[in-house]
Amino acid sequence: MKEISCKLLVIGAGPGGYICAIRAGQLGIDTVIVEAGKPGGTCLNVGCIPSKALIHAAEEFEKVLHMAGGSSPLGISVSTPVLDLGKTVAWKDGIVSRLNSGVAGLLKTAGVKTVLGWATFRDGKTVAVETETGTQIIRAETVVIATGSAPVELPFLPFGGPVISSTDALALSEVPKKLAVVGGGYIGLELGMAFAKMGAKVTVVEALPRVLAQYDAELTRPVVKRLAALGVDVILGAKARGLSKKGDALLVETADGKSSEIAADKILVTVGRKPVTEGWGLDQIDLDMAGKFIKIDDQCRTSMRGIFAIGDVTGEPMLAHRAMAQGEMVAEIVAGHKRSWDKRSIPAVCFTDPELVTAGLSPEEAKALGEVKIGMFPFAANGRAMTKMGEDGFVRVVARADNHLVLGIHAVGQGASELAAAFGLALEMGARLEDIAGTIHAHPTQSEGFQEAALKALGHALHI
Amino acid sequence: MGEHIIKLPDVGEGVAEAELVEWHVKIGDIVREDTVLAAVMTDKATVEIPSPVDGEILWLGAEIGDTVAIGSPIVRLKVAGEGNAKPQSGAKAEVVATEPPAKLPTPKPESAEPAANAAPKAGMPDAKPAPAVSKISTQTSVSSAPRPEGEKPLASPAVRLRAKEAGIDLRQVAGSGPAGRIGHEDIEAFLARGPQVAKASGLARNDAIQDIKVVGLRRKIAEKMTLSKSRIPHITYVEEIDVTALEELRAALNKEKRAAKGGAERPKLTLLPFLMRAMVKAISDQPQLNSLFDDEAGIIHQHGGIHIGIAAQTPSGLVVPVVKHAEARDIWDCGAEVIRLAEAAKSGTATRDELSGSTITITSLGAMGGIATTPVINHPEVAIIGVNKMMVRPLWDGTQFIPRKMMNLSSSFDHRVIDGWDAAVFIQRIKALLETPALIFVD
Repeated sequence: MKEISCKLLVIGAGPGGYICAIRAGQLGIDTVIVEAGKPGGTCLNVGCIPSKALIHAAEEFEKVLHMAGGSSPLGISVSTPVLDLGKTVAWKDGIVSRLNSGVAGLLKTAGVKTVLGWATFRDGKTVAVETETGTQIIRAETVVIATGSAPVELPFLPFGGPVISSTDALALSEVPKKLAVVGGGYIGLELGMAFAKMGAKVTVVEALPRVLAQYDAELTRPVVKRLAALGVDVILGAKARGLSKKGDALLVETADGKSSEIAADKILVTVGRKPVTEGWGLDQIDLDMAGKFIKIDDQCRTSMRGIFAIGDVTGEPMLAHRAMAQGEMVAEIVAGHKRSWDKRSIPAVCFTDPELVTAGLSPEEAKALGEVKIGMFPFAANGRAMTKMGEDGFVRVVARADNHLVLGIHAVGQGASELAAAFGLALEMGARLEDIAGTIHAHPTQSEGFQEAALKALGHALHI
Repeated sequence: MGEHIIKLPDVGEGVAEAELVEWHVKIGDIVREDTVLAAVMTDKATVEIPSPVDGEILWLGAEIGDTVAIGSPIVRLKVAGEGNAKPQSGAKAEVVATEPPAKLPTPKPESAEPAANAAPKAGMPDAKPAPAVSKISTQTSVSSAPRPEGEKPLASPAVRLRAKEAGIDLRQVAGSGPAGRIGHEDIEAFLARGPQVAKASGLARNDAIQDIKVVGLRRKIAEKMTLSKSRIPHITYVEEIDVTALEELRAALNKEKRAAKGGAERPKLTLLPFLMRAMVKAISDQPQLNSLFDDEAGIIHQHGGIHIGIAAQTPSGLVVPVVKHAEARDIWDCGAEVIRLAEAAKSGTATRDELSGSTITITSLGAMGGIATTPVINHPEVAIIGVNKMMVRPLWDGTQFIPRKMMNLSSSFDHRVIDGWDAAVFIQRIKALLETPALIFVD
């Protein structure tokens, strides 16, 4: 049994873990990172990146499909396109593979030792890693738990056969003719819309009265409209009950209590993600928990001295960029820098069609704190959005009424995800409406909508 | 219109210079004849300088704390008539002190604006046109610190990082930016100034520093104490004295005074006259205690006359009026002189002569309590007797504790000329006299 010692051990090479290790390596900390799969974690391998690749492919296919129908207002016509999903997935895998090796290279450049295998705690300072060549014992002064999250499985719809997880969906070699999606959250809608564009007949089953329930209805309205345009059936207030005996349909209890069947080749279950808190020896170290998540403080310290936890295993929002920021912070804390979590906003992006982006407080959350001013600017009045045929959607800015401090920024629209940087920056810098209104926004871009929304809130929008 | 120059008059007592301790006027003031312009201090007496003419103050020739030579111009006045000087005479005080003359305020005589109006503006910042106030800027406010619990201070990530690294709780920092945003300059100001309010207790922390120039009597005291402590190797001797009998005698004498017809002429006796008489008797045995030591010349001036300085606290500081020739004064006379001098000292009317010439000193913090002090010798004397608080203490008489009125004497001696043995003999002699007060009156 081999033993190595290090200053910092990071368990999990997802976006939280690898960022933490790279930053620690940059700071001269003797660092080891353990990963059972490929570097990059969920985000890179079975989450953000591959799903966006597939979503992009679907968008491209749908565009061409419209051109083939002779309905393109751009005047482009093509013969009927054919999608080879196997090739699409291979292309997607190529991107993932490039990024995998990129992360591995970054870790190496930073002087981080990578151990491939499954790590299990023996005690608070010692981890055993099952590698291809045997058990590797790693002793570390400080350990960072970055084990991430995994898709939630429904007991009456276990993964396997026609029932697939989001990970499986990204590896399909053929587009299912009929796809049932259980869960109308962002993962279900992102993938459901993509498969709809690729030709699947998609039905979304959501237990709540509306889809994308974490966003306000105003913001999600363009998405709902688009779902209808894509022919996606959305059944609200309905509960999945299981698989039909033949395995060719999803059993559903509708809002009125009736049972029905939704014919489906594949049933994609996207009812959420759960932290990975099992299988790596949490019982050996007995950390305090916050519900199902590991409890951390504002420095990502757990209840045990010398053990940090970052990323999805520590709670909502389960977003890669939150994990990255935590990883960077923890590395600096380990290096002796004074750091604590003081972020003002964690922007969230939903890659539905159109895309959603939110940063800061929702209008309702802001109103609960006091009087607000809200400015909204529709992309229908934005030149760039028109030229991209993306007039649906808007930018919305919510600010305190008394001092115009911006509290929340939201957008829905084609390509709106790229506005997330501006929104996050504005909130983090403590911008007022006047700051955004007073910043020159390049023309012609959709980001002009951001400036106009601020002007609208101030009462003098220029283009509406 | 002309100019009148006032020079520092000869304040008497043969001094060549005096320290300016107070200005009663400022540039631009209109003064009348006999208006007090300034106060100067010579040795320990303060002398006021009145204006000899009516006029308007144009120039003040010294700053507080400056030592000014007698005859130096200290004030220039604009007066009706020709005055006693030409405007370009460039009168300037001969400032002996280290203060740079550049600091002296100098008005511009050629200014067309009346000086009375110009003066207040001198201290104001340059007038700027008021900035246009927009609707938004009216909503700008400096956020107060500390903030209520839960309110996040508004600051950019770089400012937050800077604060974190400097160990600053941003909730304690007031933001000067829009909507109370904290900027780098606010952090710098906070670091320079320190927190305005203590975080934990909620009690205001005061970091203000007030620079108070040591001038006048305080400077004299400081100089004197520095001289005494740096030149004289002190030895301090503390002994307790049973003053029960003395107190009984004192009470009887005071009672007799009140009962006697015409007793009002005699002062109420305190303990001091008894101590003074005891010192006189003890000094007759040890005359070297009543000396001034000129250490530069290497000569001890042993005085026949016993001039006892009585250290007295006055509103302006410590002064030491002197009971001259205590050897020639009886107990009543000593008491009367102490009272007279104390009143003169407190009212500031004591003359320079009354405040100088002591050969030995008594200091008393008795009223304040305290069991012992380490008195500082009044240079160039060689002894000082310190009186501590009299209090009833139990005394073991061999069979039982009995309550006695006890008082400590804390006395310091110049160890260069007074040996410890002699100091102890001196105090023991005083103790014997005070404990058997009849001996004080036996020649």
